[in-house]
Amino acid sequence: MSWLIIGTVPYESFPLVLSQCRLAGNQLHLNSETVSVSRGTPALLAAACLGAEVLGLQPPTAMLVGDTGRGEGSVRLYRHLVETFSERSEKVLVFHYLQPDVDWHNRILLKLDDLSNRPILVADAGYMYVAKMSGFSLSYDLFTPDVGEMAFLADESAPHPFYTRGFLLQDEERVPELIQRAYENDNAARCLLVKGRSDYVASAAKIISKISEPCVATMEPIGGTGDTLTGIVAAMIAYGYSVPYAATTAARANRIMGLLANPTPAFSVAQLLPALPKALETVLAS
Amino acid sequence: MNVLTKIISMFRESDQGLSFDSGNLSGRGILIFHHTSEVIRAETLLKEAGLDVKVKGPPPEVRSGCDLAIEFPLLLELKVLRVLSKSKIRPLQVLPLQDLLLEPVSLFQVKNFGDYLMVRAANMKITVSKKDARIVNVSGGGCPDVPFLADQLVGKGLYEAPEPRTLGHTLCGYALQLAFEELRRQCPG
Repeated sequence: MSWLIIGTVPYESFPLVLSQCRLAGNQLHLNSETVSVSRGTPALLAAACLGAEVLGLQPPTAMLVGDTGRGEGSVRLYRHLVETFSERSEKVLVFHYLQPDVDWHNRILLKLDDLSNRPILVADAGYMYVAKMSGFSLSYDLFTPDVGEMAFLADESAPHPFYTRGFLLQDEERVPELIQRAYENDNAARCLLVKGRSDYVASAAKIISKISEPCVATMEPIGGTGDTLTGIVAAMIAYGYSVPYAATTAARANRIMGLLANPTPAFSVAQLLPALPKALETVLAS
Repeated sequence: MNVLTKIISMFRESDQGLSFDSGNLSGRGILIFHHTSEVIRAETLLKEAGLDVKVKGPPPEVRSGCDLAIEFPLLLELKVLRVLSKSKIRPLQVLPLQDLLLEPVSLFQVKNFGDYLMVRAANMKITVSKKDARIVNVSGGGCPDVPFLADQLVGKGLYEAPEPRTLGHTLCGYALQLAFEELRRQCPG
């Protein structure tokens, strides 16, 4: 299936780019632009490219813009996406590091609502925040929160993880309870992949899988390891796997990547990625 | 219910005075000041900075000396406070509009990784090497200033690095500032 990854890079001058991605070493090539792979959307894209290679898929198309948090780049991207939506034919859309903006989010969702064959929708990072804030979480097929973000989804009053109420302690042991609470308030996507010491894949009905092994504790401090997980799951969905199966398999692969790379907390995500193809092949073979 | 129908129903509920449980309120915050003159000055400064702000009457629960408050986009709290701080204006309180009982996350989680120490505040984590107090990683978060802040901080000493609040714009940046301050408290220079 064709797939589109939508996000930002942390350079204010980076133009709005729509291009198929090519990963060469630690560099992503998009039309005439080059981006080094580090945390954020570039890490997601790099993992997606590597996953696609293993699966024999075409690499993803990326819609990227520069934004350092001022939000101007994100708005430019939102506007472009809305204005050119009729040109989009991808079957999987992955929304990532974008400045949360409820109004633009809803405009995009309205465009999606017009489609007879709606693409599979994955939201992570800022776009997951705005999807929850908008009240339309159930329009999405997959959210990929970490434990802190899971507490935010579970708190029907929190407009951002920063304001998650204290009684919803961001405690790894309470993740199933947080998942249940998020679904009770319609604040979760149809499937959740919760990233933590144990990863959980869940639907409104049940915890579908819990993945705890291998446990590489030093992955947690490394910026971008959640992004790589979202990249792998996106590749698997684009290949045609069901969302829960893709989430479970990707969680295992991301952990094995960590095991193979044997990182310290000072590693960069770029140092982990060379181990990703073997990790994914191992999980698929098993 | 499709998206358009749901949005329309939200506005109908709002017109009828019922609670409006959409992002429109959940994304807004209010600034409470001691003096009306501060509100007026703050409004001018924030509008000049291109921020979407409005002067409103604060709810009775939070009235504390001034009958005016400024409504602002909550996500841009860090930018708002920085604009005001440059002119030495300090609000008495900053509150989310949707639920006035909400307060920012105040609990920190500290994890020891042997030679490294990680602090988490809300959705943001920052890690230093204990040997030389060098920032080795920033993770978590979802707003676009997070990768930018990480680029600016990683590799620098905890006491030489710029404070996230001087560069960030969003609540993720603010959460990182809190984690950064806690890390400095844990690793005194």
